[in-house]
Amino acid sequence: MGVVYILWLRELKKYLRSRVQIVASLGAPLMYLGVLGFGLGPVFRRAGEGSYLQFMAPGVIGMTVLFTAMFSGIAMLWDRQFGFLKETLVAPVPRLQIMIGRTLGGATVAVLQGALIFAATLVAGFRPVSLLAIPVAFLVIALIAIVFAALATAIGSSLKEMQGFQMVMNFFVMPLWFLSGALYPLQGLPPALAVLTRVDPLTYGVDGVRGVMLGTSHFGVALDVGVLVAVGALFVAAGAWRFSKIEV
Amino acid sequence: MQHLVRSFGSVTAVNDVTFDVRRGETFAFLGPNGAGKTTTIKMLTTVLRPTSGTLELDGLDPVTQSTEVRKRLGVVFQDPSLDSELTAWENVDLHGVLYHVPRRVRRERGEALLRLFELWDRRNDLVKTFSGGMRRRLEIARGLLHTPKVLFLDEPTLGLDPQSRNQMWTIVKNLNATEGVTVFLTTHYMDEADRVADRIAVIDHGRIVATGSSAELKQQTGADSLEAAFLKLTGTTIRDEAFSATDQMRQFARFVRR
Repeated sequence: MGVVYILWLRELKKYLRSRVQIVASLGAPLMYLGVLGFGLGPVFRRAGEGSYLQFMAPGVIGMTVLFTAMFSGIAMLWDRQFGFLKETLVAPVPRLQIMIGRTLGGATVAVLQGALIFAATLVAGFRPVSLLAIPVAFLVIALIAIVFAALATAIGSSLKEMQGFQMVMNFFVMPLWFLSGALYPLQGLPPALAVLTRVDPLTYGVDGVRGVMLGTSHFGVALDVGVLVAVGALFVAAGAWRFSKIEV
Repeated sequence: MQHLVRSFGSVTAVNDVTFDVRRGETFAFLGPNGAGKTTTIKMLTTVLRPTSGTLELDGLDPVTQSTEVRKRLGVVFQDPSLDSELTAWENVDLHGVLYHVPRRVRRERGEALLRLFELWDRRNDLVKTFSGGMRRRLEIARGLLHTPKVLFLDEPTLGLDPQSRNQMWTIVKNLNATEGVTVFLTTHYMDEADRVADRIAVIDHGRIVATGSSAELKQQTGADSLEAAFLKLTGTTIRDEAFSATDQMRQFARFVRR
């Protein structure tokens, strides 16, 4: 237990010490929130869908959590490059504990970033249906964070080069975000897009947060949570397996 | 270890290597670049599995009892393995948790080691602000925290100035004498091996070409220095195996020292 805790704590300390990174990584979501939230607002309203800011705020929180969690995969490549990974891998502890500590650390950091963005959406005018909805929504956000932190561990364990992760970010993470329904409603999509959105785990995450915070969801919160738990279990298993295969 | 072999595809890095290291001694493992030193260390430290042959460390098999073996090892790798975003103390403490060192021992022995390696005053500074020599010292201090039975040092003094090298070996030899920790080291500095090692094994092309004390090796080859003996045993041609960045750095360091 001590091992999981100390590695989790390490991720957290590193996060809290990198103030610049905290601010910088808020830039993109804030831009989406500001530019799209207010820019597309009038069109959205005219289409009879209500406030676009209300609609997309959960999406932007989901985006932040996705990107931050996936970033923990890069941190792993970093540790590999600079040797710290080796220090943990030759220690007399099961690799599973190391993997869980790292992944939980990455997930926690993602939730904290999500909380910061949530605060920003409140400033921008986002209003959840009730105060009670907030802690419940954060349970869903935590699930999203675990799903993608575990995925990042699996990918980070399989890649040897930093450059590889750039590819992952561009060709994998960006589509995950754009296909998640964070920016547009899921009703009435062309069939191909509807299928793609349904295989994207983030879709259920964003829908779940929306369901809790706004009281309206496409799939229903129960299904959203069910899918996240199932996918999360799958990714944690995949991450543990890939992590156990690392050679230094 | 007996008849140890490790191949990477068609390349055999370590070919039928057999030797033993006695409890409490300082053992130097010498060889030109690409001779198989690091591969051997990786197998002994459970990072790599041997293709064939048997290993034994303190009566345990690194392949099947890797966790037990790891508890007994302190490893300082050729490449740094500190977390530069953490402080010196956090690095030491984290290591202690990974090696199941009780909290009180972590605190006491951690302090003693950091004082010994003259890092105590800088314990709360981030490692990224440390010089190369300080990082090396910290790695060795960290590797000793869990009171290992064997300390593996893979080129620990690479890139250090003579003062740091001297200080480092004085401390390590001292711990070797007081705590009885067996020291297994590799180096390219022959004067270092000459000075600190009780026994030396020379490896080349994945095979052991000589074993013995420095005096024995000199006598065997009729050379007057360990460096001359080493060159006689391994030849004078420059090795140009697939170069890694570290190899290049090492080559460069050697070039500069000329």
